[in-house]
Amino acid sequence: MNRVVITGAGTINALGQNVPQTLAAMQAGRCGISELKFRDVDRLTIKIGGQVHDFDPDAVFNRQQLALYDRFTQFTLLAAKEAIDQSGLVFSGELAATSGVVLGTAGGGVGTWDENYRSVYEEGKNRVHPFVVPKLMNNAAASHVSMEFNLKGPSFTVSTACASSNHAMAQAFQMVRTGLSKTMITGGSESMLCFGGIKAWEGLRVMSKDACRPFSANRNGMVQGEGAAIFVFEELQHAKSRGADILAEVTGFAMSSDAADIVMPSQQGAARAIQGALRDARLNPEDVGYINAHGTGTAANDKTECAAVAHVFGQHANALMLSSTKSMHGHLIGATGAVELLACIMAVRDGIIAPTIGYQEPDPECALDVVPNEAREAKVDVALSNAFAFGGLNAVLAVRAFR
Amino acid sequence: MSVKQQVIEILAQQAVLEPSDVTLDSTLEQLGIDSLGLVECIFAIEEAFDIQVPFNANDPTEGDFDISSVARIIAGVETLVAEQS
Repeated sequence: MNRVVITGAGTINALGQNVPQTLAAMQAGRCGISELKFRDVDRLTIKIGGQVHDFDPDAVFNRQQLALYDRFTQFTLLAAKEAIDQSGLVFSGELAATSGVVLGTAGGGVGTWDENYRSVYEEGKNRVHPFVVPKLMNNAAASHVSMEFNLKGPSFTVSTACASSNHAMAQAFQMVRTGLSKTMITGGSESMLCFGGIKAWEGLRVMSKDACRPFSANRNGMVQGEGAAIFVFEELQHAKSRGADILAEVTGFAMSSDAADIVMPSQQGAARAIQGALRDARLNPEDVGYINAHGTGTAANDKTECAAVAHVFGQHANALMLSSTKSMHGHLIGATGAVELLACIMAVRDGIIAPTIGYQEPDPECALDVVPNEAREAKVDVALSNAFAFGGLNAVLAVRAFR
Repeated sequence: MSVKQQVIEILAQQAVLEPSDVTLDSTLEQLGIDSLGLVECIFAIEEAFDIQVPFNANDPTEGDFDISSVARIIAGVETLVAEQS
């Protein structure tokens, strides 16, 4: 089996429009959650989110591109460019033929659905733009990345709600590990911050009106975010032979299904995914120094996740650090695991642990070291990234420092 | 603006050309408008004149709407506009 390393990373999210900005914000414990700005927001009960402001698509894309790129595709292309530029890879010949792109998204072109439903239902129009379908389809972003960068290998989109990007990255990892591809582009993208997107989420009554405070006793729900993060996964020898800068090694992953409830999380399902990732990466529990938690800030997730971690790690659960960066960038749903992998890379590469901000009151049911409010310096060799989706679909990735 | 001028502007915008470069005997191929571009033009024409163009992207030559040259497209649109009023 091949070893798999990360040789490029890119992102755009509420904390920054590239990786350095995002990591600096995480290190500073800056909150990217703000007042939502879009049409009809006054009719919403929930008015905050991790929205990407100061981003002008017209400055980046031409008219014909914009006719085809939903916001989630725009985010993907920007993040993919940053990642691929950093990797230094140019795809041609055999490398192009075997390299592909596997991305996660839960909603795909939600904004495109929203705008066009509004125009036919509310405004009574009987005609929509011819590119509505190619713009909103969940695989649009993956397809545009393949076209933009000449990736002719296996490409597809994974949709498993809040675990989409972890499931996607697990597939890409598997392809490189087993030798199917030398390099894969992977990650996730989401853009649900529009009237219909938030209105749907309001229905579940799990959203906070004021802040995302994971693990804090006074937490009152999740806050949505938007954006993308994209990575270049590459076979170790391939990366070494061309002298690539290696950001981290991906050492294992596991997936599990709760087979229990469509929304309520399961401690056993989460624990099985974490245990599976340790086994797959050939790690002992004591090897893990940091976990980027799913940590949504809902009553149910946070206590269930802490119980699962305590169960898997035993005594070591008190020694490791577990933080939720959703407190800063919000919950990016199908892209969340990808943005959170950046925090794991920062932990193992730079020795900086991103905090859980907004932490105000200890919760006895979340009695772990959640790195409250301030980033910490610590030498960490191995980090895990948890994602536990609605529908009971769990995916956990393990990354290790490459030294 | 006449129907002719409006159609030429729509085609020119799609082809990223000056309207003066769109001649009546040009074909869509000569203008560099591909099948997806053609669907966008049809949409723009329908929006501009509030008409329904009988056009099937599966077989663009099949319907009554002749797209073999700029002049034919203009004639087709003029007929549809006249029928509608």
